[in-house]
Amino acid sequence: MSLHRRDVVKALLSDRGGLLVVAGLGSTAWDCTAAGDHPLTFPMWGAMGCAAMTGLGLALAQPARRVLVITGDGEMLMGLGALATIGVQRPDNLSVVVIDNERYGETGMQETHTAHGVDLAAMARAAGFISGLLLRDAAGVAALRKSIHETSGPHFAQVKVAVEKIPLVLPPREGALLKTRFRSALLGAAADLQ
Amino acid sequence: MNAPLPTAVDWSLAAHQVLSRHGFSVVGYVPDGGQKRMIELCQADARMRTVVMTTEEEGVGLASGAWLGGAKTVLLMQSSGVGNIINALGMLRECRIPALILVTMRGEYGEFNPWQVPMGQATPDVLRAMGVTVQHADSAAEVAEQVDAAARLALGSYQCAAVLISQRVIGIKSFQDQTSQ
Repeated sequence: MSLHRRDVVKALLSDRGGLLVVAGLGSTAWDCTAAGDHPLTFPMWGAMGCAAMTGLGLALAQPARRVLVITGDGEMLMGLGALATIGVQRPDNLSVVVIDNERYGETGMQETHTAHGVDLAAMARAAGFISGLLLRDAAGVAALRKSIHETSGPHFAQVKVAVEKIPLVLPPREGALLKTRFRSALLGAAADLQ
Repeated sequence: MNAPLPTAVDWSLAAHQVLSRHGFSVVGYVPDGGQKRMIELCQADARMRTVVMTTEEEGVGLASGAWLGGAKTVLLMQSSGVGNIINALGMLRECRIPALILVTMRGEYGEFNPWQVPMGQATPDVLRAMGVTVQHADSAAEVAEQVDAAARLALGSYQCAAVLISQRVIGIKSFQDQTSQ
């Protein structure tokens, strides 16, 4: 039985504590919003291919916090070099999770490379991630959530999910707003004067 | 490389000191011969985290994430790399994220490689088209001053600012130098 993307993201973000989240553009941003809009989630509406590197920048700036990037297979494929760059930096507080429906969901559900066997998890392992998992069941997702919070990374997981059309749940759109609320929640009032 | 115009100014050292004074703690780079010394100075600086990237576009994500976490980022790249970051620059502008980009130029002053010329000539226009403030350093003596002004503008006004460092400053590659490298 296939996993549903909204269930996976909701499980990963449950009891999130101080987790800092970057959501890649498109469906994964809607998934994160459906799980509960949060000031410490930065949903991207553009810059396709940049989600993992945004997570790296955040992880380097905040080494005491856990950082989770949730993005789609198409978004990750556009910035594969980031896997190599993260593999060199090896931040132990960063996890990258790809919600993989093997489709470009926003543009008409065309198949991505992962529909044809491209193995992102193996790429991440080869690039130097501590773990690179291919997950297909809820037990695996529960274990992943625990690793994201408790064990040293960088972690990578590719979670296979069903192809489905589901309602959009949109976060705020304005970039400056999303940035400012994130920084205020993380850094306090001092952020406004930096 | 042919010898740059005679100068006693160590522009890399002077510019690095400016970056340090402004508190830049994340340095993303794709190597360029003209920034070799600058990269090494940053790598040797315990207060800077250097991140070697596979493509310049990664730097926009890096700078955005670092600023979300309160850290300041400078990106080092060659002018050809500017072509790799165009769409991503939209994030810096839309989110008003400060970033400083130091670009060593190819394809302009005395260029020998015709393939470098189109992007080199387009670099200032491409950056401006995406809302990046562009400054020029045409002599070694003015690099630090330009970097300082660009850093102030970037950090003070929440902008992306770039300093284009001329081939006149870094020296002009020749075919002979290429083959001997």
